[in-house]
Amino acid sequence: MLNKLLSWDLPRSKVLAAILLVIFLGLLLTPLAGDKAMGAGAKICIFIILVASFDLLLGYTGILSFAHTMFFGIGAYGVAMISVEPGEHWWALGPGWGSIFLGIIVAVVLSTLIALFISAFSLRVRTMYFAMITLSVSAAVQTLAMRSTEITGGEDGINFTVPDLLSPLYTFADSIELFGQKVEFTGAFIMYYVVFIVALVLFLFVLRIVNSPFGRVLQAIRDNEFRAAAIGYRVVLYRAASSVLGAIIATLAGCMYALFLRYQGPEATMGFGIMMDILFMVVIGGMATIYGAVIGATLMLIAQNYLQDLMKIVQSDVSGIPFVSGLLHPDRWLLWMGILFIIVVYNFPWGIVGKLRMRALGIE
Amino acid sequence: MKLPLLKLEGVNTHIGPYHILYGIDFEVPEGELTMLLGRNGAGKTTTLRTIMGMWKASAGKVIFEGKILSEMTTPQIGNLGIAYVPENKGIFTDLTVRENMVLAARNGAPDSARLDWIFTYMPALKKFWEQPSGLLSGGQKQMLSIARAMVEPRRLLLVDEPSKGLAPAIVQNLVEAFKAMKQAGTTILVVEQNFNFAKSLGDTVVVMDNGKVAHRGTMADLAANEALQHKLLGLSLDSHQ
Repeated sequence: MLNKLLSWDLPRSKVLAAILLVIFLGLLLTPLAGDKAMGAGAKICIFIILVASFDLLLGYTGILSFAHTMFFGIGAYGVAMISVEPGEHWWALGPGWGSIFLGIIVAVVLSTLIALFISAFSLRVRTMYFAMITLSVSAAVQTLAMRSTEITGGEDGINFTVPDLLSPLYTFADSIELFGQKVEFTGAFIMYYVVFIVALVLFLFVLRIVNSPFGRVLQAIRDNEFRAAAIGYRVVLYRAASSVLGAIIATLAGCMYALFLRYQGPEATMGFGIMMDILFMVVIGGMATIYGAVIGATLMLIAQNYLQDLMKIVQSDVSGIPFVSGLLHPDRWLLWMGILFIIVVYNFPWGIVGKLRMRALGIE
Repeated sequence: MKLPLLKLEGVNTHIGPYHILYGIDFEVPEGELTMLLGRNGAGKTTTLRTIMGMWKASAGKVIFEGKILSEMTTPQIGNLGIAYVPENKGIFTDLTVRENMVLAARNGAPDSARLDWIFTYMPALKKFWEQPSGLLSGGQKQMLSIARAMVEPRRLLLVDEPSKGLAPAIVQNLVEAFKAMKQAGTTILVVEQNFNFAKSLGDTVVVMDNGKVAHRGTMADLAANEALQHKLLGLSLDSHQ
């Protein structure tokens, strides 16, 4: 059963399996640990999907696309724009389930068309030129989103309301006390599990794709394009299909992100910083593994959310020492994040998953 | 001579600003093994790549069973039953030996009787069947590369320097594998620099030099005529025997 769910692509390392299990259980129980943890947990779930779909492109197909956050943003805008109060714009239908579904469909169709358009024009060129083309398209779309204040809310973005069932104001059970932490059963609690389940289903779907015959052809194309073509596979079509699939999954992740935040703005989903984060997460986790997305996203986002807190604690312990205290000031968390990244990349050139699998095989 | 399965008529190929092939004319007779010889840079690999549609012929025609290959895309040519084994082996290193073979078999899973037939010539592949092919040795990778082309019956097999960098014992296995394929009715065109290897296998021979065909004939005639060998292949004979 588990074998089938994971498409026969098991972690292949006991340590990795244990880490994945801890992350899975952690994400399953996160809402019991308070609001901040729930926010971080939902972001981790969504980024796992975003990074896994990026791995489908980069790791499995050998396509470096900087337009991935653009599709993420399109998903978020799709849900947000349609859910604002009616009357503001002709497309606004107001909060509701219908709006959400329509928003998702419109966003997915739009992303599919753009991905096909980019594929048709640029998948015949070399990797680097493709990366440049996607970079310029995504920069153009981000600028458009920032400048079109009337439509997208510009840099301020769009705040919108979600159906009552998913709203933090809705309560479906009395709050309880758990380990000294007050747990409230609100709509946000339900929203978290919607995100969790959608993320889980999409993750298993990506795992299925890369382990299907289609996924094997993608790997063949990545390893040797000419030979794959000589066997008779239509390289451009396969690459385009992979590109469209990646775009659709990123769009769905964007829809979930906007729903969870009840907000969408260009910096929240389309910023270049997010693109870099995704790239780091794939590299840290391990390319062409899909499981690397889980490890990379979890590690990076926990560090982003909690490194500052950790440094606050550490700094209070060393407050008397002048230089060290300054070095460990919570405002310098990005410096430590960078150092952490260098250490990880240096020690795990094949990513954490790659390293653990090699160790399990006895290759050091 | 038998009827040609593949025919090149006045093929010219340009790669960027460089003119590589100048009016190549030769035929590959059906059911025979044709050797394409010549020194480095003579245009042999470019000829194979032009046949496969990876480089477009700027003039002339490549004809296979009446179909004009030079107007088709590489996947279309591959689907006509032409298999290509490139010089760099071109195996899919992250996939297992089995997956490499399954990908090459276009009509579903490879036939087990045929796999057994392949394993008799390439036993190492059976041993490492579920291993990532990137972990194979150079010779085993070459074997896999050729085995992929053997996984289904093909009309025509194009092989680029199969013996390059291989130990003599493995080269002998290769000779046997090619003979078996020929017996099974496959027409084969092999680019080669190792004249001893070529001599033991070839029926007909085409020698290229500077992007042109310098000689066409039977392998037996060339093998018997040392003066001609030295005239045509002097450089490569000295360095590759």
